Amino acid sequence: MSTGVSSPGRAQVREKTLRQDNWWVYPLLTFLGFTAFVVYSTWRAFSGDNYYSTPYLSPFYSPCLATACVDGSSDLGQPVGDWWRLSPALIILVFPLGFRLTCYYYRKAYYRSFWLSPPACAVAEPHGKYTGETRLPLILQNIHRYFWVAAVLVGAVLTFDTILAFRNEDGEWGHMGLGTLIFLANIIFIWLYTLGCHSCRHIVGGRLRHFSKHPVRYKMWGFVSKLNAKHGTYAWLSLFSVAIADLYVYLLATDTINDLRFF
Amino acid sequence: MGYDLKMRIWRGDADGGDLGDFTVAVEEGEVVLDAIHRIQATQAGDLAVRWNCKAGKCGSCSAEVNGRPRLMCMTRLSDFEESETITVTPVRTFPVIRDLVTDVSYNYEKAKQVPAFAPTPRDPDGKRRMMQEDVERGQEFRKCIECFLCQDVCHVIRDHEDNKPAFAGPRFFLRYAELDMHPLDTNDRRKLAQEAAGIGMCNITKCCTEVCPENIHITDNAIIPMKERVADRKYDPVVWLGSKIFRRGDPAARTEV
Amino acid sequence: MDSTGSRHPMTGNRMDPAEEVGPHGFETHEYDVVVIGAGGAGLRAAIAAHDAGARVAIVCKSLLGKAHTVMAEGGIAAAMGNVYADDNWQVHFRDTMRGGKMLNNWRMAQLHAQEAPERVLELEEWGALFDRTKDGLISQRDFGGHRYARLAHVGDRTGLEMIRTLQQRAVALGIDVFMECTVTKVFRDGGRVSGAFGYWRETGRFVVFSTPSVVLATGGIGKSYQVTSNSWEYTGDGHALAMRTGASLINMEFVQFHPTGMVWPPSVKGILVTESVRGDGGILRNSEGERFMFNYIPEYFKSETADTIEEAEGWYEDKKKNRRPPELLPRDEVARAINSEIKAGRGSPHGGVFLDIASRRSAEFIRRRLPSMYHQFKELADVDITAEPMEVGPTCHYVMGGVEVDADTEQSLVEGLYAAGEVAGGMHGSNRLGGNSLSDLLVFGRRAGHNAAYNAQKLSGNRPEVPEDEVKAAAEAALAPFANLEGEGGENPYTIQKDLQEVMQRLVGIIRKEDELRESLVEIERLKERAKHLRVEGHRQYNPGWHLALDLANMLVVSECIAKAALERQESRGGHTRDDFPGPDPEWGAKNLVLTLDGESVQLKHQPLPTMPDELKPLFEEA
Repeated sequence: MSTGVSSPGRAQVREKTLRQDNWWVYPLLTFLGFTAFVVYSTWRAFSGDNYYSTPYLSPFYSPCLATACVDGSSDLGQPVGDWWRLSPALIILVFPLGFRLTCYYYRKAYYRSFWLSPPACAVAEPHGKYTGETRLPLILQNIHRYFWVAAVLVGAVLTFDTILAFRNEDGEWGHMGLGTLIFLANIIFIWLYTLGCHSCRHIVGGRLRHFSKHPVRYKMWGFVSKLNAKHGTYAWLSLFSVAIADLYVYLLATDTINDLRFF
Repeated sequence: MGYDLKMRIWRGDADGGDLGDFTVAVEEGEVVLDAIHRIQATQAGDLAVRWNCKAGKCGSCSAEVNGRPRLMCMTRLSDFEESETITVTPVRTFPVIRDLVTDVSYNYEKAKQVPAFAPTPRDPDGKRRMMQEDVERGQEFRKCIECFLCQDVCHVIRDHEDNKPAFAGPRFFLRYAELDMHPLDTNDRRKLAQEAAGIGMCNITKCCTEVCPENIHITDNAIIPMKERVADRKYDPVVWLGSKIFRRGDPAARTEV
Repeated sequence: MDSTGSRHPMTGNRMDPAEEVGPHGFETHEYDVVVIGAGGAGLRAAIAAHDAGARVAIVCKSLLGKAHTVMAEGGIAAAMGNVYADDNWQVHFRDTMRGGKMLNNWRMAQLHAQEAPERVLELEEWGALFDRTKDGLISQRDFGGHRYARLAHVGDRTGLEMIRTLQQRAVALGIDVFMECTVTKVFRDGGRVSGAFGYWRETGRFVVFSTPSVVLATGGIGKSYQVTSNSWEYTGDGHALAMRTGASLINMEFVQFHPTGMVWPPSVKGILVTESVRGDGGILRNSEGERFMFNYIPEYFKSETADTIEEAEGWYEDKKKNRRPPELLPRDEVARAINSEIKAGRGSPHGGVFLDIASRRSAEFIRRRLPSMYHQFKELADVDITAEPMEVGPTCHYVMGGVEVDADTEQSLVEGLYAAGEVAGGMHGSNRLGGNSLSDLLVFGRRAGHNAAYNAQKLSGNRPEVPEDEVKAAAEAALAPFANLEGEGGENPYTIQKDLQEVMQRLVGIIRKEDELRESLVEIERLKERAKHLRVEGHRQYNPGWHLALDLANMLVVSECIAKAALERQESRGGHTRDDFPGPDPEWGAKNLVLTLDGESVQLKHQPLPTMPDELKPLFEEA
């Protein structure tokens, strides 16, 4: 490469990087973590099976909108109808997937670990040309805010699912099992992640020029800013929790385990 | 307490150079710049290095210590093992002049391209009023000491010399954000931030934030909000429509520059 | 600038192998005003000169925006009355004169107090973001020697805000900046300034400026001392340039030792700990835990200083009912007190005293009000100032003395040679109050720039000539350190600098004695002799050894001035304390010591102080 740090005029050093710390750990772990999730979620999303076990509906399949959805799983009805032949997860998953794909934290994580652009700070990237997010398809990252709106709606549905999880197998209220706890943890992480979104921070108050003229929005902005500071952490926690919630439902639906009921 | 420190220091100029070995006596509590100064005073009087305040306030002594962009005056020797060899090179994104001194004119050129602050008129009593909460965001960005380490680490130009004309770098996104968030400014610089400064080139991989010696949250508080502001103008029909309907006749409206 | 050859995009420096040959044998530029120094005063002067229609160049030793002004922490003193409506220029004027022990040039102190508020508002106009009061006005903080909370500030990084604002303004106006370019000579044509000579640090090549007005804004002399808060640039260049051009210096015996510099670890010894720590509630204790400042209240400030802890504590809440704590006495008093405590064996483990804010204010308050102090101690000394006290001791901080100038125009004895900021003398008398430095830069920077532009304008084509032979002589002088290459031995400039710092620290420090001062003059003479045999290695391109060799001549002459004046003044006043003459003497209080250069030798004479007009005198009559 004649471009980059070996460009003419710059101080020439033989070593590729002089960094002596374990800079490759973060991109490697990120790579492994994401890859594992993608493999798992692809399998689960396409399987179209074992996603409901009363009263738990897997978050991958919620809301379940096709006629093919199993009994009891379609609390919002089945408006898509029977022409949809694929797994019903695919109808809805595009929204949370789009939200996370365009998320500012995930972008950092996958640009670094999958594109190696850059793999770590002051470690050269292997590409000869770079245009950032100025062209298709990456210019679409700019519509993150719309995915955020969709993510809020999906979050509302998952909250509803979590409320429904306070029923027993006969549909009676006031009961709890291990699944309820997992769903509860999941929805908390999902909201911490969704409300800490950079676009959300912009919409609630960041776009203002005078906080002093909008005290309520300023407060909200302050709250979102606090969540936003840990956006990366919540991105991972909610990713794990949603996979665990789905896995739990899968294990119940396949009768591998029984739900541990508390009362 | 004191010990002999082994160092490798890059010496040379635009025509070439190499890492040279030095051994220098150092004391407890010293920083990399102290070791460099001692080498300069006792072993290599012409070792070129930029520095001024030696207290992390002026941002002159930027270099790369063991491959990481750092201020030499704020890099303590106690962060390293006594047996460890410390390698110091000039910043690698800008052309080298001599030894540890580089030509950072890129940054001064980019500074010229940001249109100046254009405030609203003063209040009738000759003073200006701004509330603390309205200036706080800008104050964070104005902590910048212009060490240009964020510019050095930014892979957009570090790894791609050809991007330099079209990209202003993190330090200047900070400046755009500061002005755009200023309660009294009347210029709208969002178009420039996108087109002249190339904010779309940034892929928010956050190295600028990692190396900032002032701990400014460059990415989260300046670049991303600026990207969102650019999106308001360019990629969001709802906001665009809203601004056409509601903003007409707003006396504090901004003029696009 | 011309288009031939490859030019450095930042500095305008010629990069191709052939040296540019202008009318004077070197690269030559013509301007109406050349400002030397790009700190607060230099930038403000350049902006003012530009606004007055002049073609202006700023020439500075470092990159733009790195000047020592960035180190200023506390704030800009200006009687805006935003926090205390009773504040006005008369009170500020009075505080300044009393802080300087009445040795100030009264007219400068008056102009300074009157014009500072507008200069601060101007900064805001150019984008500065000061901390605000509840009403949205510029907030003002307490500082030593100021009766009211008066310092406009941004946390504890006010200097950075100021320099960045001025820098951005200068860039917006398109003013030419010659960065990393050092001026070694100012030329005269007859009695008038005609130009300047310098070298590009980057290439070592020479450059000639043809200009009828030169503004010196080069800052101070602190690098002549071992323990200093000043950067490498502070080698007294402007002081020396002025003397060699035929101008005079005054008040050079008054050197301010800031009471609170870091004392540990050794590598940061001298780095400033802002007075805001005390303004915001910090107190000083000795190793016995005693709040010792109550033992050091001088007669002169008794009426305005609290003498009990209760009253001092009450002051933070109610400034009308209570007098100020003794920790906020002017800097000379506090520095001397700390010095005495350490000498009496009541110092801290690393030879300082304790500055404690941790036990008095919440961690959140400290981090918000003093962010860079927090950062500085955390990073450099492993001390968490929200949890433990700091160790501090006096550090050479500022020189009150400087080029003697006309109070209204800032012109020196030489027509066309102006000085503003720390390099100018008179404004602060024998001791400067904290916060008065930044306002000084703005007020007199602007005045100097304005008058320098006017000076160029009134010539209308009748420009003075740069003398050909002096250009040659300047080039030869600059290359002299390379000439000794063949000779055996030769002196290392770093060693001489170190020895000079040791002499000044030991013999011309906070407390002075006749025999020590005499010894210092002998030592300086010896160093001057050694400096004639300097030898630098390497070539002219960015060679710090060579740069130091050239700066060294300035440091030596300025050090001699300080020692000579200190020996002559047989009294103690402000920043000049004589062990053998412990009190102030009214006779000495009525005169300045003026220093000039005759060939190589420093001449000294007494000169009566300008007299204050009667209408200002009542300000000093109240109790």
